[in-house]
Amino acid sequence: MATDQALADELVSTIKDWVDRDVIPNVAEFELNDEFPQEMFEQMCDFGLFGSTIDEKYGGLGIDITTYARIVEELSRGFMSLAGILNTHKIGVTMIDRYGTEEQKEKFLPRMCDGSFRAAFSLSEPDAGSDTGSLRCKAEKDGDEWVINGTKMWVTNGTRASLVMLLARTPDDRITCFLVEKEPGENFEGITVSKKIDKLGYRGLETVEMSYVDHRVPSENVLGGEDGIGNGRRYALSALELGRINIAARAVGVAQAAFDSAMKYAQQRETFGRPIFEHQAVQFMLAEMATKLQASRLMTFDAARRADAGERVDMEAGMAKFFASEAAFEIAMSSMRIHGGNGYTTEFPVERYLRDTPLMIIGEGTSEIQKMVIARKLLERYPAE
Amino acid sequence: MDVVVCVKQIPDPADPGELNPDTKTLKRDTKLILDESDSYGVEMALQLVDAAGSGEVRLVSMTPGGETGGLRTALAMGAESAILVSDEALAGSDALSTAKVLAAAIKRSNPDLILTATESSDGYTGTVPEQIAELLDLPSVTFGKEVAVDGELATVKRQTESGYDVVECPLPAVISVTAGVVEPRYPSFKGIMAAKNKPVEELDLSALGIDPQTVGWAGARQEITEIADSPAREAGEVVVDEGEAHERIMAFLDDLKVL
Ligand SMILES: Cc1cc2nc3c(=O)[nH]c(=O)nc-3n(C[C@H](O)[C@H](O)[C@H](O)COP(=O)(O)OP(=O)(O)OC[C@H]3O[C@@H](n4cnc5c(N)ncnc54)[C@H](O)[C@@H]3O)c2cc1C
Ligand SMILES: Cc1cc2nc3c(=O)[nH]c(=O)nc-3n(C[C@H](O)[C@H](O)[C@H](O)COP(=O)(O)OP(=O)(O)OC[C@H]3O[C@@H](n4cnc5c(N)ncnc54)[C@H](O)[C@@H]3O)c2cc1C
Repeated sequence: MATDQALADELVSTIKDWVDRDVIPNVAEFELNDEFPQEMFEQMCDFGLFGSTIDEKYGGLGIDITTYARIVEELSRGFMSLAGILNTHKIGVTMIDRYGTEEQKEKFLPRMCDGSFRAAFSLSEPDAGSDTGSLRCKAEKDGDEWVINGTKMWVTNGTRASLVMLLARTPDDRITCFLVEKEPGENFEGITVSKKIDKLGYRGLETVEMSYVDHRVPSENVLGGEDGIGNGRRYALSALELGRINIAARAVGVAQAAFDSAMKYAQQRETFGRPIFEHQAVQFMLAEMATKLQASRLMTFDAARRADAGERVDMEAGMAKFFASEAAFEIAMSSMRIHGGNGYTTEFPVERYLRDTPLMIIGEGTSEIQKMVIARKLLERYPAE
Repeated sequence: MDVVVCVKQIPDPADPGELNPDTKTLKRDTKLILDESDSYGVEMALQLVDAAGSGEVRLVSMTPGGETGGLRTALAMGAESAILVSDEALAGSDALSTAKVLAAAIKRSNPDLILTATESSDGYTGTVPEQIAELLDLPSVTFGKEVAVDGELATVKRQTESGYDVVECPLPAVISVTAGVVEPRYPSFKGIMAAKNKPVEELDLSALGIDPQTVGWAGARQEITEIADSPAREAGEVVVDEGEAHERIMAFLDDLKVL
């Protein structure tokens, strides 16, 4: 159900106030050290962000996709990693909500509202990223349990999560999604955080490699029950379709921050006796940045509104993700150019924007993969005569 | 413990609007928001009720035009209900009239404690709280930076120029609190949604039993005789270091009483 417009505006403006007052002034203090933003995380829990998209029936607030994307944009304008802490959880929520059995929904969704029980999403492997079909992590049936063995890569929020949406190959040679319950931490019943990945940007939250050795999952934890066996990849890709809208919203948020910063700097910094904004070359850069930003935002929220209206948006979400992420990187780079030498220092936030934006190009399907999705859809919509 | 917080709804200071040249008062026809100064009182009230283990926080506001935007913010933070007093006859009310109205609204329930800000962000006469106390015949403590309640006794750390006094005061009492005593919480999403359904009782003068002749333009005992633009900011003083700059800076800060 669509969120009431006035209510949506109020929720978003509450987040905006917080980002302006408590996030933006404090990010630089710990971002480079890769420290988890504990205080900000706690405030996100207090707002109720983790349960915000969960149906009211399960104790959530049931806000719509568009409102959620606006919140993601605001968070990312301050610190993109905050959206990352939320995002794998949101993917988990979407998968359970769409494909979980009623028992699974009742078991997990109410616990996922307050932020104390969070989800990670684990599809990628060292040798399977874009090529999601080539997963090797294995699940074998043993009585009423499944035994998991394998190595997963790029598990964002993996250490702190209590639930991993794990994609593994079942004996039918297809991919199944398991609801892996674990205690937060580096070791739990055969699950080990085998490596913490040091990243260019997207710092503060962990992205890890996780190994599974004979970890046992009860058979009722197959997402979708018996019928879910072999359908995991379809479930994951469907949730990623929404995920892409959120990645696009993140790109819009970071791009907005990079643009705001450039616009302000261009009016303050003087060279050759006038503010650099008065040099046409700089004006043109800003004009291009603003145009790309506007296009990104319109595409992102068009996809979100269509999704809220119940349309399939694989193409629109792919287009928004592709366009907005590439645009955000270009806008961040232009912002750095406008800041001159200052932009290259940690005194200004622009270098962070430049480090953060490539993730949106790569994560949840690279630009190349988005183009493949878009092209495939084009063929469906424009069949040969 | 029940606490009433007086909250003023004011034009957004980021978009302050203008003065009406005829009445020399602020035009209040824009959207009004919760005075940030009052968010501290709301936070303190919520914490005190929490510490007491029972009771509730209620709001009282006098605002033209039935505006509730600022009240909703305070309700979203956790206050339970609000009384809003609006009446055409209140236009032109001075600080004493405001205090009369607020006192009458507060009297409708018997709170254990009444909190206000030290001064509002728009009018800032800083006189309403004391006048409410007088009208209700209650003790008044001003500039509270920390308040603790133990049974019938409030202990207030009262901000002074050089530190603070510790003042004890029997309840009920009117305490005005300073900004910065506590960190006002952000409303949660649940709080924002719940605030839509919390009761806001709208009252006019007759409901409060106040004679319209004693308030508003009719009852005003204060008169605004003149308004003028605030002086433009002057250029600052440049301190050039000739070995003794630190002394001059210290002297400057000392003058400002910020040391
Ligand atoms: C910081 C970070 C966090 C992540 N978090 C998660 C997570 O929480 N959960 C999760 O499951 N995954 C996560 N990922 C993994 C991410 O989704 C993959 O990195 C991404 O999908 C790309 O896969 P890959 O790294 O294996 O690259 P590859 O698939 O090896 O791609 C390498 C290059 O080849 C191109 N390419 C590949 N195939 C084709 C093709 N058919 N045609 C044209 N070009 C092609 C790609 O576009 C890319 O340019 C994360 C990644 C990062 C960097
Ligand atoms: C002759 C005259 C005419 C005026 N006419 C008008 C007019 O037509 N319209 C108009 O809006 N103003 C008018 N004013 C201004 C008005 O008197 C003051 O704004 C008002 O009395 C409150 O004073 P203050 O803001 O200085 O309160 P302060 O004493 O600075 O406030 C201290 C605290 O008291 C509480 N408080 C104060 N006012 C309220 C309130 N209304 N509701 C709830 N709590 C409150 C708050 O906690 C506040 O922080 C007029 C003033 C004069 C002298």
